[in-house]
Amino acid sequence: MTSRKLLLTLLAGIVLVLPALVTHADERHANECQAKVVRGSGDLGLIIERARGSIQLVDTTQRCLLQRVEGLGDTSHASAVFSRDARYAFVFGRDGGLTKVDLLTGKIVKRVMQSGNSIGGAISQDGRWIAAANYVPGGVKIFDSETLEQIADIPAYSEETKALSRVVGLEDSFGNRFAFSLFDAGEIWLMDLSEDPRNPKLTKFKNIGNQPYDALITGDGRWYVAGLYGEDGVAVLDMWHPERGVKRALPEYGKGEQKLPVYKMPHLETWAASGNLAFIPGVGRHEVVLVDLATWKLVDRIPVAGQPVFVMSDPTGRHLWVNFAFPDYDTVQIIDVESRQIIHTMKPGKAVLHMEFSPRGEQVWISVRDANRVDIYDTETFKKLGELPVDAPSGIFFSSRAHRFGL
Amino acid sequence: MKTHPWLTILFFCCALPVQADGLSAARQQELTRFVRQECGFCHGLRLTGGLGSSLTAEALKDKPAEALIATILYGRTGSAMPGWAPYLSEADTQWIVGALLKGFPE
Repeated sequence: MTSRKLLLTLLAGIVLVLPALVTHADERHANECQAKVVRGSGDLGLIIERARGSIQLVDTTQRCLLQRVEGLGDTSHASAVFSRDARYAFVFGRDGGLTKVDLLTGKIVKRVMQSGNSIGGAISQDGRWIAAANYVPGGVKIFDSETLEQIADIPAYSEETKALSRVVGLEDSFGNRFAFSLFDAGEIWLMDLSEDPRNPKLTKFKNIGNQPYDALITGDGRWYVAGLYGEDGVAVLDMWHPERGVKRALPEYGKGEQKLPVYKMPHLETWAASGNLAFIPGVGRHEVVLVDLATWKLVDRIPVAGQPVFVMSDPTGRHLWVNFAFPDYDTVQIIDVESRQIIHTMKPGKAVLHMEFSPRGEQVWISVRDANRVDIYDTETFKKLGELPVDAPSGIFFSSRAHRFGL
Repeated sequence: MKTHPWLTILFFCCALPVQADGLSAARQQELTRFVRQECGFCHGLRLTGGLGSSLTAEALKDKPAEALIATILYGRTGSAMPGWAPYLSEADTQWIVGALLKGFPE
């Protein structure tokens, strides 16, 4: 072959190969973020990859994956809270791991094993203290959010049952106060870190109901509401007036009705409130329950496609997005708050585990576990804006949670 | 040539890799995933327990298999455990319990 011929052959090769390379690069850019040297963190977040001990850091402006962070232990049912500068995420793993992740650098800053079996946590109003709720050993532990040094240990020992109880529904409120529930003992404890965080002041409310399984706190930090699995109704603590004690609300709800089997426990943590109404998943009933916040009386029941798991109000308070337990977990329904009607039903695919709204609610991100996919929808038109490949996604947590109570 | 329908069924049955305990390898794989994922919500993906009790071989070693099978199929009154009979057969449940007692596969 002459050198001229060789050159031509090479050139032809480059012309053929180039478009393939360009296409490949485009595909990569569809999911991956464009790097920025200096950036804010208000539009960042993370997605739990429940089966592989990792999280994906995401950007909700570009709607892309920043990077995967590995080495977080057992991330099934993992959840996260954020530092007050919205830069760091504190991830609570099922295996008791507490991991502080820098959203900007994608690095694990610090990681401690704080218990044998954990369910989640909360952060104090001033951002200085992290509280973790544990099943084994049952109790709450407090950590310095800067160093993750443990500063207090509160075993959930019930004087009624003479045993440690698993702790659920740990929520933060104003004045560096927290509230949590004892699943096995039927108690609610108020924990006050305002005077001495190393020796928190405890106020214990006993006989609040059978098997509190999760709780929520309203966005203003006032009402702590624990859902009861073992009986009908919910238990309510007014954080403005703890001296008034825990009151039972909705005792009339579902009385005398046969319950349907619950194949996954509903979650209450994400409060759905709009105007003077609260929206709570029915337990053992395929309906969303509307409660008047002034009287704590039942207002209405909206029949839905299955056992609701999350009932989430979009940030405008106009619509509720509802997902469901097995076997209806391929479905999401949207309820219009004003008319109390289901206005849209979608089927993103098997195992919709979680939904998260962008800070001002123009997008919602939905985890579709078995499809290894997170779908992004426009909340106004319900049109799909895009999807991201994420391994067995579960919880989605955006940094805007940093500035809200009880998330 | 027309094949008798029973012959076709027989052929397909024998073609599936059937284990000693009567469940196909494919079904066993489905059930493994089912237990890890669906049961895992309450019992943990690693089955070490959560609001549901621990389902490790160590935790279950003193429990009779019959009782465990009944619990899975019909649930446990007074607890959050629902009955799974609408979704699992007796054979499925027997296999699950056998696998749990041996230490559940990944």
